[in-house]
Amino acid sequence: MIDITTFDVAPFTIEADAISDLHARLAARAEDRGVLDIAYRTIESPVGPLLLAATEKGLVRVAFEREDFDAVLQALATKVSPRVLEAPRRLDVVATELDEYFAGTRRAFDVRLDYALSSGFRETVQRYLPRIGFGHTQSYRDVAEFVGNPKAVRAVGTACATNPLPIVVPCHRVLRTDGSLGGYLGGLDAKTTLLTLENAA
Amino acid sequence: MKMKRPFEQAVQRHGETVLRVCRAVLGPGADADDAWSETFLAALTSWPNLPDDTNVQAWLVRVAHRKAIDITRMRARHAIPTEDLPERPSTLGNPHADENGVWAAVAALPERQRLAVAYHYFGGLPHAETAEIIGGSTDAVRRAAADGIRSLRRTYSADEPYSADEPDPADERREGASR
Repeated sequence: MIDITTFDVAPFTIEADAISDLHARLAARAEDRGVLDIAYRTIESPVGPLLLAATEKGLVRVAFEREDFDAVLQALATKVSPRVLEAPRRLDVVATELDEYFAGTRRAFDVRLDYALSSGFRETVQRYLPRIGFGHTQSYRDVAEFVGNPKAVRAVGTACATNPLPIVVPCHRVLRTDGSLGGYLGGLDAKTTLLTLENAA
Repeated sequence: MKMKRPFEQAVQRHGETVLRVCRAVLGPGADADDAWSETFLAALTSWPNLPDDTNVQAWLVRVAHRKAIDITRMRARHAIPTEDLPERPSTLGNPHADENGVWAAVAALPERQRLAVAYHYFGGLPHAETAEIIGGSTDAVRRAAADGIRSLRRTYSADEPYSADEPDPADERREGASR
C-alpha cells in the first residue's frame, strides 16, 4: 500500500510563473470584490527594504526590515484584518512618492493615511507630526507643547517610537532638546540618513 | 477563536497544492486556473470567520472541489456547438513546457482514479474524506487511487525501470538516477 507520506508530487510540476500570474489575478479580483482589506508590497530604499501596507482607507503601515516583515503582517492581521494579500497596485502611488522623496524631488507626501493602528495620545501626536515640514526639526518638548500637553515629553517619545507610518509621518524630525538624535524604530543610521537627505535637498 | 493569520500565508503555502488538484480534476488549462481563482477568492472572503484551528489545506481542497463542480456544470451549460472556436490565451505560459507529459497522463486516467488521485495524493485528503466528496466507499476510493498511481508511475517513470515490489516512487527515482 502506498502511503501518502511517501508519494512525491515533485514530478507534477507547476511552472514558476503559474502561481505568480494567478496570484496577481486574485489580487485584482479581490480588490474589485471589496475583500482586499490589506494590500501590501515591499520596496527597496536607501534605508533598506520597506514594507508598505494599505487598507481601502489609506496607507496603514510603513515598516523597516529590522521590525521583521512577517511579524508586522501578523500584527496587521490581528489588529486590522486577516484578509491580507500581497497586492502591489494599491501601493503604487506611495511607492512612487517615496522614490521621489529619496531622490530629493519630493518634500511632502500626498496620500491618504489610515491611523487604524494608533489611538489616544499617540494618535494625537502622530497626526500632528506631518506639520513639521521637510528639513525642519522639533524637540520632543516642542511637540508636547504643540499638542497641548507640555508635561507629556516622555509620552511624545513613545508616540514617535510606535509610529506605524515612519518616513511618511515624519517622526524622524523629532530630536532631543539638546539636538541629539533620541531614538528611531528604523535605527539611528536610518534617522541620520533621512535628516541628512532633507538637509542636503 | 477566529482565524488571525494573514491570508497571504495560505496562498504561499497551499497555492501549488490547490493548483495540482484543480489541474488533476479539470485538466491543465483555463478551467483549472478559473477553479484556483474562485477557490482562493471564496477562501479570502470567508477567511476571517474560519476557526483558527482549521486544517487550511484540507479546507481549501474541499472548496476547490466545489468550485471545480461549478465550473464543470457551467461548461456543460454553455457548451454550444460552433464552427468558430474562440481563441483563448493560455494563462499557463507554454503548455508544451509539460515535458514529462505528467498532466496529460493524469488527464488520461479513468475519472474515478483521476479524482481519487487528485484529492488524496495531490490534495492530501484521507481516502474516507475523498469518498465523502466524490461518492463511493472508502475502500473503492483507496483502490481507485492505488490503481491511478500505479498507472501514473508507469508513465512518468518510463525512463526509470523499477520492479513492482518497490513501493515508493521517490526511492525508485533515486535508484533510477543512480543506475
